[in-house]
Amino acid sequence: MSIYVARSPWPVFYHRWRLYLNTWRGTVFSSFLLPVMFLLGLGVSVGSYVDDRVLGMPYANFIAPGVLASTAFQVAINEAAWPVLGGFKWVRTYHAMRASPLRPVDMAVGEILWIWLRAGTSAAGFLVVLTLFGIVRSPVALLTVPAVLLLAVASCTPVLAYSASIRTDNWFSFLFRFAVIPMTLFAGVFFPVEQLPLVPRWVAYASPLWHGVELCRAATLGTPTAIGWLGHAAYLALWAVVGYLLAAHRFTRRLTD
Amino acid sequence: MADEPLIHARGLVKRFPARGRRGTEFTAVDGIDVDVYPGESFGFLGPNGAGKSSTMRMIGCVSPPSGGTLRILGMDPLRDGPRIRARLGVCPQQDSLDPELTVAENLTVYAGYFGIPRSVAKARAAELLEFVQLSERATDQVEPLSGGMKRRLTIARALVNEPDLVLLDEPTTGLDPQARHLVWERLFRLKQRGVTLVLTTHYMDEAEQLCDRLVVMDGGRIVAEGSPRSLIAEHSTREVLELRFANDSLDALAGKLAGIGERIEVLPDRILVYTDDGDDAAGEVHRRALAPTSVLVRRSTLEDVFLKLTGRTLVD
Ligand SMILES: Nc1ncnc2c1ncn2[C@@H]1O[C@H](COP(=O)(O)OP(=O)(O)OP(=O)(O)O)[C@@H](O)[C@H]1O
Ligand SMILES: [Mg+2]
Repeated sequence: MSIYVARSPWPVFYHRWRLYLNTWRGTVFSSFLLPVMFLLGLGVSVGSYVDDRVLGMPYANFIAPGVLASTAFQVAINEAAWPVLGGFKWVRTYHAMRASPLRPVDMAVGEILWIWLRAGTSAAGFLVVLTLFGIVRSPVALLTVPAVLLLAVASCTPVLAYSASIRTDNWFSFLFRFAVIPMTLFAGVFFPVEQLPLVPRWVAYASPLWHGVELCRAATLGTPTAIGWLGHAAYLALWAVVGYLLAAHRFTRRLTD
Repeated sequence: MADEPLIHARGLVKRFPARGRRGTEFTAVDGIDVDVYPGESFGFLGPNGAGKSSTMRMIGCVSPPSGGTLRILGMDPLRDGPRIRARLGVCPQQDSLDPELTVAENLTVYAGYFGIPRSVAKARAAELLEFVQLSERATDQVEPLSGGMKRRLTIARALVNEPDLVLLDEPTTGLDPQARHLVWERLFRLKQRGVTLVLTTHYMDEAEQLCDRLVVMDGGRIVAEGSPRSLIAEHSTREVLELRFANDSLDALAGKLAGIGERIEVLPDRILVYTDDGDDAAGEVHRRALAPTSVLVRRSTLEDVFLKLTGRTLVD
């Protein structure tokens, strides 16, 4: 098991940043404008059928932190999927890095730092929009950012390990069909998980997204969390640590033959 | 100090674990001894699958040896991998340039992996692009470059950390003759500057041009070692007479050539007669009225050495 000894992940981060300069316009749409449109669309349309008294607040307010969290979740997973498999298989970036003093763990950590930037900025941008719409009123909402960073690292590290283990991108459709999409639909983004039957409810409880949504909702709306913010944070930290160890191991294996 | 080898290998072995349930373990490098000294230009010559890349990856500290001893720059690859790699320049067999970056950025971003400050990296990139004659393409994308240009860029990239030892895995495979000559010429310059080069190739002309010393590898083992000239002197005759015939039963014809030269090799398309005097041997062929369609007298090359040692040709 490789425990990280600080060397330097920054060149790896810089590589991703440099590539991002070529493509950032597309991501502004997918990780910012699209979720905002989503929020407005659902908030107005579905919101008009939902009685405010059911949730104790307008429907748009209820889903806003959920959409924020699930956007960061999607960004984290996407960034840990195709670009990472490509780095091993198509562009072979990691093989190029391997010839330098960088170690596979540096590469994994560099990717995590990069994903933090992407998830963090998308959350921050979203937060500004929520403030403009008056959904967010208290500075406590800034705690959404660390919550999102925790959610991002908890969800990207297992995917980094997954991407470092597969040989073709067909495996991503498997990942999305059976993990990412169900989590997005059932992890409390659009309706409280208490409304789910027992089995899917426990699946939601197990998923990192639900814990992230709970934290974000508590930070933006001041709602009570299911198991206390410390409990949610600890659960996400557990995913992050296990995910990181797996990712470090898989990166090292893939780059050592 | 100057006499300490940069690469020191004894009984070096690389085994790959069995793939799948019914696969068997595979020995790609089977106990080789190699020493490479500073300023040398050293080659691994061998056909596909000889174990050249497997050896290079062990030297490059990205593939742990399965057996034997290996020391690179006086250090242990398993313990000091990052410290050794900091001082190596690697041009891998498989392209790993970043197609989304420009030519110059491929060098500066890569320099970052070595912790080289941005300003130094920029200056060095400009210098290296000049050296590999790609200055005009500095701000172009990498994707549309020709194979030869990409290879030169990869060589420039391998020099960005001013390495003590440069590893080139098949630097000209897949290039057209003109592009190959350009690469050779650049590598020759490096050699003249005293840079230590280790290269693999399955082109005997490349080995003859660039290597001071080389080993011939086959099936994971070293079958001969020496300078190109000493290998030829030791394992072949001075000249070779190449004969082609309209008739395709070359084996029968070989019988009729018996006694000419020192040794005869029958290839699928021609017969080689090893002799110290090619013209004399050609005269004898005519006296025996064998009527070849083409007769060529040439000097022995490493190809002939390889054929003698393994019974096979290098490139098929
Ligand atoms: N990672 C691996 N796993 C299993 N077998 C491998 C692996 N890498 C190489 N081999 C096998 O080891 C043998 C030697 O391969 P290697 O790449 O070292 O040969 P080479 O001399 O570089 O050949 P080429 O001229 O084709 O590049 C080959 O039979 C190859 O299939
Ligand atoms: Mg090879």
